[in-house]
Amino acid sequence: MRVLAAMSGGVDSAVAAARAREAGHEVVGVHLALSARPATMREGARGCCSVEDSRDARRCADVLDIPFYVWDMADRFREDVIEPFVAEYAAGRTPNPCLRCNEKIKFSAVLDRARALGFDAVATGHYARLDDGVLRRAADPDKDQSYVLGVLTADQLAHAMFPLGDSLKSEVRAEAARRGLVVAEKPDSHDICFIPSGDTRGFLSDRVPDAPGELVDAVSGAVLGEHGGVQNFTVGQRHGLGLSRPAPDGRPRYVLGIEPVSRQVRVGPAEALEVTALTTETPVWHGPRGVVGDVTVQVRAHGGLAPASVEVHDDGLAVTLGAPLRGVAPGQAVVVYHGDRVLGSATIAATS
Amino acid sequence: MTYLDHAATTPMLPVAVAAYTEALGRVGNPSSLHTAGRRARRDVEEARETIAAAVGALPTEVVLSTGGTEGDNLAVKGLYWARRAQDPRRTRVVVSAVEHHAVLDAAEWLASHEGATLVVLPVDAVGRVTPEALRAELAAHGDATALVSVMWANNEVGTVNDVRGLAEVAHEFGVPLHTDAVQAVGSLPVDFAASGADALSLTGHKLGGPVGVGALLLRRDATCVPLLHGGGQERDVRSGTLDVAGTVALAAAVHAAVEAVPRRVVELAALRDDLVARLIEAVPDATLNGVPLDAPAVNGGPARLAGNAHLSFPGCEGDSLLMLLDAHEIECSTGSACTAGVARPSHVLLAMGVDEAAARGSLRFSLGHSSTAADVDAAVAAIGPVVERARGALARAGERVGS
Ligand SMILES: Cc1ncc(COP(=O)(O)O)c(C=O)c1O
Repeated sequence: MRVLAAMSGGVDSAVAAARAREAGHEVVGVHLALSARPATMREGARGCCSVEDSRDARRCADVLDIPFYVWDMADRFREDVIEPFVAEYAAGRTPNPCLRCNEKIKFSAVLDRARALGFDAVATGHYARLDDGVLRRAADPDKDQSYVLGVLTADQLAHAMFPLGDSLKSEVRAEAARRGLVVAEKPDSHDICFIPSGDTRGFLSDRVPDAPGELVDAVSGAVLGEHGGVQNFTVGQRHGLGLSRPAPDGRPRYVLGIEPVSRQVRVGPAEALEVTALTTETPVWHGPRGVVGDVTVQVRAHGGLAPASVEVHDDGLAVTLGAPLRGVAPGQAVVVYHGDRVLGSATIAATS
Repeated sequence: MTYLDHAATTPMLPVAVAAYTEALGRVGNPSSLHTAGRRARRDVEEARETIAAAVGALPTEVVLSTGGTEGDNLAVKGLYWARRAQDPRRTRVVVSAVEHHAVLDAAEWLASHEGATLVVLPVDAVGRVTPEALRAELAAHGDATALVSVMWANNEVGTVNDVRGLAEVAHEFGVPLHTDAVQAVGSLPVDFAASGADALSLTGHKLGGPVGVGALLLRRDATCVPLLHGGGQERDVRSGTLDVAGTVALAAAVHAAVEAVPRRVVELAALRDDLVARLIEAVPDATLNGVPLDAPAVNGGPARLAGNAHLSFPGCEGDSLLMLLDAHEIECSTGSACTAGVARPSHVLLAMGVDEAAARGSLRFSLGHSSTAADVDAAVAAIGPVVERARGALARAGERVGS
């Protein structure tokens, strides 16, 4: 097959490209330039979009002896990932930009272009298993990224390749060193690549005009104070509420809900965060229809797991949790697993 | 492999390789007074005389450097500082819109760090700076202008400027003219004295010499403030121990390339004309950018670099074309500047008034001394299917954006 390996400049995608090549495929490396004005050097362990990362990717491609190109996806990334991310926060929701990037950029814009140019598949360094078009959790439980890939459709999965799914991260690093890839010891990137400072609030406050609203006690209905804008809050957040007086019972208060129209932010005690049911927008669904029991749902990239049963409709899922989950916000994705198999993914619309 | 990227760098000529490897075996710093030093000095000075003779300069006018980028920086910054020191009002730096980044960015740096006013001269639709445009600028601001820099031949679209005419205009206003002749020397007749230019950059690796060696030709009477301070080896304008082997190889390459110009221009233009005609036959809506192939001569030489074919392929992205041609073992270029390897639409094409989509969908094929008819055949055979596939890719991207 002709395989396009998306190479971020990190160790995972470099080893993924190496493995695709070793499997006998004709591999071409492509670094996606996602920032219109890339920084020259990487800052700390964050981000993957600096010129230095692009050079690292090129150096790996050279060592692997595969052609290498940089594709400018900055406009698409801004339109399909960054702008919706900002808009979601401004609407009081909690988006996952990595998931959107997989859905809209890597396995859409890039895959489409690759296929039009004669490639059969896009390979990435994601930790997930793909057998016969079925997406499963990775062998490395700490690194599993099936959550951010659950949104891929059958057609997208049919042209995806995840060569690291069966490996532990430590094995991948060792393999990179053995192959002479300079990125073997490069720190993992984490957080959001387009916010290299790690300051999501600061990033949002530069882009979302302040629109004050009330902070309200969810139990008593009392107005506790004012806030500068709903983008500053996420369900489950405890710090930075700007409340000068403690709750009467002295216990910490959390954001329980955000009402985008009135801009009211409801706060209350930890146990009020617990949800036992949620509904979603239109899912990407690979499993059976109707009521599906005995599944596990995951509501964020790390943790947030609960047993559940799911009622599958064309336009949404109705999820009943077998154990309560805390900090579940509209805008987040819920991914449904049967064992290690991904049945589907959908964006959470409401919780109760 | 079909190498059609000679404007990026061209293979070393066998005479230059021979001279280089032979000289590499000898020790000697040309600044030393002992026998080895004297021998090295003699090699360098003979090389300097060879270069000077080939390009119509005096030996003292040849300031050896590391290549085009250094020569351009030295000329732009050095002439600016020297002219401003003589007359503090002279702070305007006039460059054409289609200069190489070695000139453009040096001039921008002067504007952002040294109090210069950057003036970008427009070009016409073929990428040429007209003496009238320069006259209009200098008539208004001649006594505030430190220098003018206009390239002899453009590296992307191959357009040749009327350097003599431009130098005459600059001199009318007492302003020195620098010309980046990196693409011109060895490709068309270049006579420094006859051109009237005050400074001219050339580099080895574009004419069959080694990378990392070049020269700035600097008129005897031109004053230029150095960038590199130290031993003052080159007329006190440039310091650093001279690269004897590199200089000897540069001289061998300049001599051979310049001697071959009359023959080479005819041969390359014939190959190039065939390439352009057949590319357009294969892709009928492709268009040639720059000077038409039958344009009248400029300063007695070709109006367009003989090896340059630069075309736009509507509905394609340059990087797709490049990648697909690379897969067919055809090596060419989009000719545009890169940031992190990201292709941006070329500032040269935009300055010529080409729209952004067409600018993104263009390719530069550049032929050189090792090019053959078989290279042309290979490019022509590949282009049709490659363009079709690249069009499919862009059309698909467009559909999704539209939906
Ligand atoms: C017109 C022009 N000027 C300057 C340069 C830079 O020359 P060098 O590579 O010797 O630094 C080049 C080549 O890249 C060029 O084409």
